[in-house]
Amino acid sequence: MFKRWLLGTAMATAALLTPLAASAEGKDIVVTYKDDITTLDPQIGYDWVNWSMIKSLFSRLMDYEPGTANLVPSLAESFDVAPDGLTYTFKLHKGVKFSNGREIVASDVKYSIERAVDPKTQGPGAGFFGAIDGFDDLAAGKDGGLKGIETPDDSTVVFKLTRPDATFLHVLAINFASVVPKEAVEAAGGDFGKKPVGSGTFLLKDWTIGQKLVFERNPDYFVKDMPKIDSFTVEVGQEPLVALLRLQKGEVDIAGDGIPPAKFLEIKNSPDGAQMIVDGEQLHTGYVTLNTKVKPFDDLKVRQAVNHAINKERIVRILNGRATPAKEILPPLMPGYDNDYAGYDYSVEKAKALLAEAGHPDGFETVLYATNTDPQPRIAQAIQQDLAAIGVKAEIRALAQGNVIAAGGTEGEAPMIWSGGMAWIADFPDPSNFYGPILGCGGAVQGGWNWSWYCNAELDERAVAADSMSDPAKGAERIAAWKSIFTDAMKDAPWIPVTNERRVVAKSLRMGGENNIYIDPTRVINYDAIFVK
Amino acid sequence: MVILLCKRLAQAFLILLGVAAITFVLLYALPADPARMIAGRSATAQTVASIRHELGLDQPLLVQFWTYLTGLLQGDLGRSYAQKTEVWTLIAARLPATLTLMAAGIFVEVVLGITFGTIAAVRRGSFVDRLVMTASFVGVSAPQFVAALLLLYVFAVTLGWFPMSGYGSFAHIVLPALTLGILGAGWYARMVRSAMIEVLNQDYVRTARAKGLSSRRIIFRHALPNAILPIIAMIGIDIGQFMGGVVVVEAVYGWPGIGQLAWQAIQQVDIPIIMGVTLTSALAIVAGNLLADLIAPVIDPRIRTS
Amino acid sequence: MTVLRSLFRQPSALFGLAVVLVVVVLALAAPLVAPFNPDEQMFDGLTLEGAPMPPGGQFLLGTDTLGRDLLSRMLYGARTSLIIGLVANGIAVAIGLFIGIVAGYLRGFMGNVLMRFTDLMMAFPALLLAIVLAALMKPSLWIVAMVIALVNWVQVARIVYTETRGLVERDFIMAERSLGAGHGRILLLHILPHLIPTAIVWGTLGIATTVLLEATLSFLGIGVQPPQPSWGNIIFESQSYFQAAPWLVFFPGMVILLTALAFNLVGDALRDILDPTQRGRG
Repeated sequence: MFKRWLLGTAMATAALLTPLAASAEGKDIVVTYKDDITTLDPQIGYDWVNWSMIKSLFSRLMDYEPGTANLVPSLAESFDVAPDGLTYTFKLHKGVKFSNGREIVASDVKYSIERAVDPKTQGPGAGFFGAIDGFDDLAAGKDGGLKGIETPDDSTVVFKLTRPDATFLHVLAINFASVVPKEAVEAAGGDFGKKPVGSGTFLLKDWTIGQKLVFERNPDYFVKDMPKIDSFTVEVGQEPLVALLRLQKGEVDIAGDGIPPAKFLEIKNSPDGAQMIVDGEQLHTGYVTLNTKVKPFDDLKVRQAVNHAINKERIVRILNGRATPAKEILPPLMPGYDNDYAGYDYSVEKAKALLAEAGHPDGFETVLYATNTDPQPRIAQAIQQDLAAIGVKAEIRALAQGNVIAAGGTEGEAPMIWSGGMAWIADFPDPSNFYGPILGCGGAVQGGWNWSWYCNAELDERAVAADSMSDPAKGAERIAAWKSIFTDAMKDAPWIPVTNERRVVAKSLRMGGENNIYIDPTRVINYDAIFVK
Repeated sequence: MVILLCKRLAQAFLILLGVAAITFVLLYALPADPARMIAGRSATAQTVASIRHELGLDQPLLVQFWTYLTGLLQGDLGRSYAQKTEVWTLIAARLPATLTLMAAGIFVEVVLGITFGTIAAVRRGSFVDRLVMTASFVGVSAPQFVAALLLLYVFAVTLGWFPMSGYGSFAHIVLPALTLGILGAGWYARMVRSAMIEVLNQDYVRTARAKGLSSRRIIFRHALPNAILPIIAMIGIDIGQFMGGVVVVEAVYGWPGIGQLAWQAIQQVDIPIIMGVTLTSALAIVAGNLLADLIAPVIDPRIRTS
Repeated sequence: MTVLRSLFRQPSALFGLAVVLVVVVLALAAPLVAPFNPDEQMFDGLTLEGAPMPPGGQFLLGTDTLGRDLLSRMLYGARTSLIIGLVANGIAVAIGLFIGIVAGYLRGFMGNVLMRFTDLMMAFPALLLAIVLAALMKPSLWIVAMVIALVNWVQVARIVYTETRGLVERDFIMAERSLGAGHGRILLLHILPHLIPTAIVWGTLGIATTVLLEATLSFLGIGVQPPQPSWGNIIFESQSYFQAAPWLVFFPGMVILLTALAFNLVGDALRDILDPTQRGRG
């Protein structure tokens, strides 16, 4: 302790003597995660841990203002959308360089997006680019790239779409659209994810597999005064409980996995608690899917009955208040969230009455799937008890995530799935992202993500219509259209929306910045914007 | 002896082949589609099919296994589905940490086990004996996670004697090795105790004692060697435990071992990594048991090399 | 009868027997003695902030993280854990003894095949087997017991094999053989008794580890499914709470320890009575 204090004084003195040098001191921070970083390849990485690191290593045509969901041009200096919504033209910033020193040109953008779509890349991002002309051929493994991306000169990229897509600018801001240099990808020979070369705010300096990654600020980043820290070290394989103990000792600055339930109340009620906990809303809904192709959930009344049966307040209490009860499919922060929608209130009587009407006065037996990481089995047990109160005996199957996903995508397999741990967190802040794969007919296929197997052709048509309104002037109209789609979907009750969980991050006392850059709606932790006080 | 060795090596090879085959079939039977996991939530059926083809998962099981085996014989464990990196790179990066922890953990177990097992056997029925035997139960009944966190809390957080987490120096290994050693020493202590008592009760020892042989001589010449065989067999078994199942201790101390890699791979259905880790640990286990079987006759000449 | 009588003469064995009996009776009588329904998540079982209740008052041993009565869960959990600890572990020891003795005694081709099979099983990742079974089968107590037995016999077999190899070469066995004693007679009367200490070590230490292993398996989805309690899964569900709610780990941990210890005391006494080198010298 004494040594630390001494060091602190020495540094303070140094700061007094040379005020200019002080700004470069102590700007190296430590972040911990339990899971190893799988990859930093922007066309492949797709988990919430590597998501924000990839964001900071690469740049894209579009990006968001830190801490918000407001789209801004990034690599693009300007852009233009044709009136029919089928042609997008981007002008690139001149003189932006990859960290290997080469200037970024239009063909790099084309190459990168084609790489995301090409099945040889084996990446999860292809589906987002479905509107670009030539997508089907490339996705099927044919050579020839995407004919819908044209590069008339080195600083111009033109996208030709086959259908209007109101989310297209968001699509160009997601990680899969990050610009990568072809020569570095090819030189890495499959290991690009371990040796990333980009043009973002940070560079990957060093990676000790299984232990730590060191990121250093990119001195040539094309935006001035970004980022605000000199470097950050990501330590992996760190148990969240231990990470917090280390954070309390000052060895760690951000505990990336958040605060485990067992430690939450202790920290929250501690003197420094308020400064250490960052607690913010995210675009998340936790729900139970009700399989509309499995008896008795094929009956609307049964689905409505179980919607009335869940005591969401109690589940919020089990989560130590780190969530709010959910009434509808969209999370409250999402454009299109319906403030006036009442949802299905908690009422055992109504639930029982509906069950009786449906011909199940004594309830029935069913199975509830959940993943096996805390607190999911506990929440599943809370749901199980609520269902028992209306006579529905649900057997819980707590399995590894991959097995639950497989069961959900197998027709007639899983009557109910608690989505916790796999829940839909939006890829980009637009309501359409909450429909297609998880509630549309396209997702209700073998291996799909629509685990309710809900397919309403009329809603699908309205969804397509809403996404065709790509004219920014029609933005409000489009959101209203989406709002009604989700409200109408809830009439069919394919889900029980249960909670909107807030994200909780623990940070050391020296970390500064608003909460919304630690829980950034589009990138989890915004490494570009966080700073040391 | 040479013939025996060759025979056993050939058998070890067959065992590894068997492990590879069974694991491959089990993973194939696992209802989770790797192509679907890779393709993500927004993928079309077309994309999934293309990825499945890229991975060769659309081929018959036997063809897939043959492809894997031919790669294996050339020392190629394939590339990870999720990380795309060579599986061998990932394993090689973590193997030193695993082997170090294994050696340190077994060392602590054996030292504690022999010391306390001997004391208990010599003082059979005394208070010390009962204490040691009860302690051995506390060790094996303790949940790993809690034991590891308790040690961490006392010696790293409160006393600050050791670093809380990490890998690299001697100080880093003390707590993880102690945790594993304390939890496992109970087995060794009990094996040693019962093996030694077995000898101490034998007629020739009684005779020796009656003839006035010092008890130290009796213990080290007669009783302890009798306990060596089960200890060696136990070490062979422990290698298996340490190669596969110290995920919890690794996680608590941030130890970059193979266990954490395997655990994450299982969650992601990353078949090449699961296969690679399984084969690596199987290799270590088979080698450990082979050594145990070969050493036994050297130590106890009564066992003929059959 | 003489066995029982000698058993009663040892106070520690008597104590062990008493504990075992109490645990078994409590497990059987769980519905009668448990103060609450073990699966009921009571609204007043959690604090307003959602923390479990400490021991005392209405909940004698406190509540768990879902607001369920810990005492009731432990009483019902005893049923699961006793079955796992005794049956699964017992089967594992029995298989291990059988294979180990036969392989060590026969040696030659058969012995070799048996031991290589053991090596194969040992080198095989048990965790993976558990996960595949969990995904393919409907999980139940008996499947867990089977998986545990399947995994644990291997280690017993190896130890027993090594010891048997040492025994076979001893003079008294050689003497028996040269006198023309049958294999069965030698195995049963001369080799098996010497392996009883080993069997008791594994049989009793194994109880505790098996009970904990069941919790790991149920975490992977193959064990008893929630909300059915077992001592292991009570600890497992709440182990990260060991600071915030130590009772959730301490009480179930203690009963596992105590039960295993009690079985061990009984086992030790039985061995002393049955051990050939001890007989008549007590």
